[in-house]
This record gives sequence, C-alpha cells and structure tokens, in this order.
Amino acid sequence: MLSGYMFKKRLVRSWQLYVLMALPFLYLILFKYVPIYGAQIAFKNFTVTKGIWGSDWVGLKHFDRFVHSYDFWRILRNTLILSFYNLAAGFPFPILLALGLNYLKSVRFRRIVQMVTYAPHFISIVVIVGIVKELLDPRTGILNKLLGFLGIAPINFMGEISYFSSLYVWSDVWQHAGFNCIIFLAALASIDPSLHEAAVMDGASKLRRMWHIDLPGIMPMAIIVLILNTGHILDVGFEKVLLMQNPINLKASEIIDTYVYKVGLTSQVANYSYSTAIGLFKSIINLILLLTVNKIAQKTKQGSLW
Amino acid sequence: MNITYRNESRTDKLFTLLNNTFMILMFLAVLYPIVYIVSASFSDSQAVVSGEVWLWPVRPSLDGYNAVFEYSQVWVGFRNSILYTVTGTLVNIVMTVLAAYPLSRKDFFGKNLFMVLFMFTTMFTGGLIPTYLLVRELGMLDTIWAMILPGALTVWNVIITRTYFQMSIPHELLEAAQLDGCDDFQFVWRVVVRLSGPILAVITLYYAAANWNQYFNAMLFLKNQAHYPLQLVLKDILVSNDVDVTMLSGDPQDAARREALKTLLKYSLIVISTVPLLIFYPFVQKYLVKGVMVGSLKG
Repeated sequence: MLSGYMFKKRLVRSWQLYVLMALPFLYLILFKYVPIYGAQIAFKNFTVTKGIWGSDWVGLKHFDRFVHSYDFWRILRNTLILSFYNLAAGFPFPILLALGLNYLKSVRFRRIVQMVTYAPHFISIVVIVGIVKELLDPRTGILNKLLGFLGIAPINFMGEISYFSSLYVWSDVWQHAGFNCIIFLAALASIDPSLHEAAVMDGASKLRRMWHIDLPGIMPMAIIVLILNTGHILDVGFEKVLLMQNPINLKASEIIDTYVYKVGLTSQVANYSYSTAIGLFKSIINLILLLTVNKIAQKTKQGSLW
Repeated sequence: MNITYRNESRTDKLFTLLNNTFMILMFLAVLYPIVYIVSASFSDSQAVVSGEVWLWPVRPSLDGYNAVFEYSQVWVGFRNSILYTVTGTLVNIVMTVLAAYPLSRKDFFGKNLFMVLFMFTTMFTGGLIPTYLLVRELGMLDTIWAMILPGALTVWNVIITRTYFQMSIPHELLEAAQLDGCDDFQFVWRVVVRLSGPILAVITLYYAAANWNQYFNAMLFLKNQAHYPLQLVLKDILVSNDVDVTMLSGDPQDAARREALKTLLKYSLIVISTVPLLIFYPFVQKYLVKGVMVGSLKG
C-alpha cells in the first residue's frame, strides 16, 4: 500500500503527464462514457422532455418486446449467417496470401503484389459498394456482359436474396485480405531462419516446411486475430450492409445494426429506448463471445489477449 | 525466404509453380476491377454501356470527367471533405500523441487505470442512439464539429503509437534531457515527435483515410446539403442512383445518351474520389508494415 504522502508525491511528480492526458481523457469521458451512461434509456421510457435521467424506468420491457417481435428470428439469423460466413471466408485468406508471398523468389514481384493487394483497404465503403453495383449491373455491368457471352441471361445480383451474403463477404475479402496479411507476414519474418536451414538440410520440401515450420510459427498470431475477430463478430460492417440494402434483398440483409438505425432514427416515430435496447442486446452478446473465446484460447494454451 | 538450393527437388519445383500461379491469380483478381474501372472512366459512354470495354479504354474520351466537373454538388462535397479531413486529422494526431506519450511512460502514475479505461471502450459502447442524443444535446448537429469531435481519437491508434514510443525512445534519452533541464512538455515536442516519423506517417494515413471515407456520421449528424462531405454525395450518386440529369450536358431529347453518360459519370467519380488517396499512399506504403507490426505487439 502507498502511504498518503507517497501517493501525493507521485501524483505531483507526473503533473505534466496529467496535463498532457487531460484532453484525451476528457474526450474519452464525454464521447465514450457518457453514451454508455446514456444507454440506461434501454431500461426506461425515454421522453425528450424528461431527459435521460428523468424518464421512467420500465425494466426489461424493451428487450422483451424485441425478443418476441415478429422480426427477431429473421434479423438474428441474418446477423449470424453474415457474421460467421464473413469470419469463415475472411480468416484464412490473409494467411494463405502471407504464406504464398513468403515463398516468392522475386523481391520485385512480391513488392508489387503487396502494394496492389493492400490498396483497396483504403477505398471508402461507399465507393466499394458503388464498384460492386456498377460491375454487377444487369444491363451495363461487365459480369453480366461476360455471362452474356456464355449464353446466360443477365442476373440482377443486387436484387437476388440468395446472393446477398456472398456478395457482401467476397467483396470484403477482396478489399481487406491484402492488408490483413501484413500481420502474418510480420509473424513469418520473425521465425528463426535456422529452423528452415535445418529442415532443408534434412531434405524437407517447401510444402513440409510450410506445414511444420511456418504454420506453427504464425499460429499464436492467428489465434489472437481470430479472438479479436470473434469479439466483433456481430459488428459485421454495418455501414456496408446499409449501403448494399435495397427493398428486394431486405429479407436477407436486415441485421441488428441496420434495424437499430431504422427503428431509432429513420422511422416515423423514432423509438429511442427500444432501439437502444436492441443495440445493447447486441453489445452484450459480443462481449460474452469475446470473453468466452478468450477463455477457450487460454485453456488450450494457444495464447490469449489477457 | 532467402534460403537457396543448388538443386530444387521436383516437388519443390511444382510447389513454386503452383504458388506463383496462386499469387498471380490473387494479384489479378484484385487488380482487374481497378483497371477496368479506370479504363471505363476514360472510354466513350456508348462503348461502356454496350460492353466493348474489357481492358483498355475504347475510343478514349473525357466525357465522364467533364460531367463530373459540371456536377456542382460534387465540388461542394470535395471542398467539405478536404476541410473535414485536414482539420479532423490534425485533431486526431494531436490527441493521439497527447494520450500515447503518458501511457508509454513506465513511471506514469495511474497508467494502468487509464489503459483499462481506454481498452474498455473498444469492447463496449453505448451504441448509436445514446451517441446521437449526446451530439444533439451538445448542439453539434449540422456543424463541422459533429464530423470532427466524436471521432477525435481511436484507441487502437493510441495503442500502436504508445508501443512505438516505448520501443524506439530509450528511457536514457529522457533522463539525459531531464538533466539538461527539459520538462515533459518540451520532451514531447522536441524529442518524441521528431523521432517518431514512421509511426506518425502510418497513423496519419489511417486517420486521413478514415476521415476522407467517413459517411455514416455525416448521414447521422448533417441535414444541410451544403455541409455534405464527398462520400455522402457519392452515396447519392453511386448507391442510391440519385443523379440530377439536368446537371448532365447533352441533348435532353436523347434519353439513351444521357443514360449512358450517367453510367460513365459514375466510373469517373469513383476514380476522382480515390485520387487523393492514391497520391498519398505510395509515400506511406513503406511504413505500413512497420506500423502494423508495432500494432501487433502486445504490451
């Protein structure tokens, strides 16, 4: 335990550091913690005139209403399908890309591939969705022209319910696989080269070295990435889904976040409390998932976040 | 992998062949849509619509770009986006350095508490509605502040900056500076910032790209079209297909021609809106690996 005197002395000694920290700390409180505090309206009937603090408590009413609502299962299913599909497709590609890049002999070719595959990561979601829409347009899009050559009638990809999740997921892989592989390239670079040398001496093929040296070498990193991705699994790119939505694919594309947005902000009678409750419901599941996966990782001794 | 062989075995040769093929396929899969869009944007509108463009521009023309130049809403958006990006990124960088430096100091009393407070917000947030209500309460709706302050700092960037400071600025340097009578404020400005070029370049790219690409906050907080950033204008044109045809030149009677021009306009817009990024990207690209590597270290 620190004595009061020591405590004070240490505080005073770092006073300049506290001054530096003041603005970021203020930001954190105002824009992060005040909304968390405000999330209590999920348990209240929020009315603007009474404010957050003055509104009446209603307990779990809004959660109850959401869970029993007509839309609940459909939205939950869409959210889960899109999330797990995205995780399943988005996780292996960066690893494959990193392993492949690692075995390229030509440094220049490697650099070019890296430069090109990183780049789409920085393109805005609006533009990505715009690109997808232009390339898939039933009349003017290049993909349908190609299908036309093969004698296939044009497909309205954006209007087909069954294509929605694939379009969403694979355009995401296209955009981010290159950038996400950087972290694995870094992990590969830190593997002791003497392991490879020894393996070569023993006559191991490249495939064997990849399997027995490279893959175990990047495993801890892969686990951490997987945990982080799982923790945000329900946060599937909300903004992108919202942009890709249209009345025809709504049945497959309505997810929790877009629903929150609509119920809370764009519907005729904005229902702040109900909408917040749905958002909170999602945040809590996310948190539980994150903690669970981390626990499993700890148990299997594969490395964890904490 | 710089281990050289005198003779590669047959399986290794096969492996190399397959691997090169795989890499070339990935490379082309990413590159082709980009090349196609750029080519289409420089082509004749009829050629684009009738599907004559495959790789290189067909009957090169600048019609699409002319149409973009005449579309005034795009320029309003461009100007706003530049304003939001420059101001926003400046605020971001200052805030991030201010937070990251104390957190990088082992002797900063209360460091762990601050870390927990920062990390918690990455796992749990109040959600959309409470944030919206807050911004409304603060009277920031429809002002530039709504575009800058709610995203003034990203915890992830604070963490990678802090880790970089810890690794690259030796404690002895601080001690030496303190002996020379340098206080913390001076140390941050005169030493830390000047020794952290690579990490500052990386987080500048991250923040600038995030600010430039931001559309959601704009959609939530801005109602007045005069404040719209480029992305929101793009959303109307590219996604909602909401093009004001009266702003397109060409014979009003010729509906087909206008329709084609509309498609061309979109390709050109995609290219133009991405240009600022393409200008900065090559300068920062070499630092990217470093930034991500620092970020991946636990600490």
